[in-house]
Amino acid sequence: MAEEQGQPPQEEKRTVVRTQQVKKEYKMGSTTVRALQGIDLEVYSGEYLSIMGPSGSGKSTLFNMVGGLDKPTEGKVYIDEVDVAQLDAYELAWLRCRKIGYIFQSFNLIPVMTALENVTLPMVFAGLTSDESRDKGMVLLGKVGLGDRYSHKPFELSGGQQQRVAVARALANDPAVVLADEPTGNLDLHTGTEIIELLRDMNRASGVTIISATHDYKMLSVSDRVVWVSDGQVERIANREDLDIEVAQVGGEDE
Amino acid sequence: MTDATSNLAGGRTISLPLSKAMEISLRSLKIRFGRSLITTSGVILAIAFLMSVWSNNAILDSLKNADKSEINLLLQQNGIETGPTDGGGVASAEVAARMLEERSKQTWLISLSLLVCVVGIANAMLMAVTERYREIGTMKCLGALDSFIVKLFLLESTFQGFAGTSVGIIIGLAMTVCLALLDYSTFIFDYFPVEPIVTAALYSLAIGTFLSLVGAMLPAYRAAKMEPVEAMRSET
Repeated sequence: MAEEQGQPPQEEKRTVVRTQQVKKEYKMGSTTVRALQGIDLEVYSGEYLSIMGPSGSGKSTLFNMVGGLDKPTEGKVYIDEVDVAQLDAYELAWLRCRKIGYIFQSFNLIPVMTALENVTLPMVFAGLTSDESRDKGMVLLGKVGLGDRYSHKPFELSGGQQQRVAVARALANDPAVVLADEPTGNLDLHTGTEIIELLRDMNRASGVTIISATHDYKMLSVSDRVVWVSDGQVERIANREDLDIEVAQVGGEDE
Repeated sequence: MTDATSNLAGGRTISLPLSKAMEISLRSLKIRFGRSLITTSGVILAIAFLMSVWSNNAILDSLKNADKSEINLLLQQNGIETGPTDGGGVASAEVAARMLEERSKQTWLISLSLLVCVVGIANAMLMAVTERYREIGTMKCLGALDSFIVKLFLLESTFQGFAGTSVGIIIGLAMTVCLALLDYSTFIFDYFPVEPIVTAALYSLAIGTFLSLVGAMLPAYRAAKMEPVEAMRSET
């Protein structure tokens, strides 16, 4: 994969998430559904990776595996070279707290807490003092452009603003990976674009790896790589430079 | 990897600030004030009943022990046996037996009402858990340990129980005093059993709060065992 201008330097191209022959089966009554049938995937540090695929393709399952939210039936998932299956509940919580930031389709801010408190919650779990976390939280809220709205509750914010708070929250503990599950799914076109750009900016500025599950074609133009999943298998992986032509075509249809 | 493992070993791992848990659960109560009021009313009623029975017994005992003829007359008018309870006569044995029966009936009623109260609390807390599936899942994604979630719900229920019990004690006591005032006028203040009533209030407070805690245990456990993946579900 050739380096492109504007990307963070990736001399060593460290692998941050690695899956090895990951298979996942669900038992639904007497039948067994094979959601994933042996996926090998490497996610490099600092890249912006999109996982695309229709619903039912195993996209969400793969995404949850990569995020340490689900354990494979067979195969292994390594996050930061740690085998997720080997971790106990305590270590998993630690991993989720420190190494992974989550962004959800439906924002999932805690309704009883203000924007600032939502952002600082992961820091509280990580054991920061309230002073430290407040300062850091304000910086993060400033970065996502909501510095003046820190005292607002989620219901006082628009969808796009809520998702910005969620982005700040995902970055709270300087994670290695940010997982964004359909981050634009509940947003209109314009706001969705803003969130995608925000994610891209964060990715460039802090070098955080972003993995996003999506079927939003706007996401393609900012992704370094795109993984297409279908029928529980990786259909193909496209690099950024291969994408540009397609995006021009598809983007035209989409908008 | 290296810094990950060293951090893991370093001990500065996820702390569980109790104050934060208290803050969150208090606010969850505030935001769902109406519903938690209904839950609490169950506790209030049960404890008010318990408290009124206990304080009524205490007042009557105190009046009986005063052994004043005018009070005894009033007691008899209200169908309550008088006479020295510690006497050895046949009559007093009969009285004692009847009293014992009366008290055991009361205990039975009290137990039932408390049981209903616990079931009510458990039900309400289960609803609270189901309602907040996504919130819990999100917290787990952010790195909350099971114990934090358990703490959250136990605290919430304990606050509810404590508040409800306090109100229940006041209502129960006030009602008893009012009724006793009607029957025995101000004699009750001359022989007001302060110590037994304070003891009864403290016991009620302990029982009410403890029962709220017990009622919330199963729901809190269920909440904590939830998979964080639930937070990803997009449907509301």
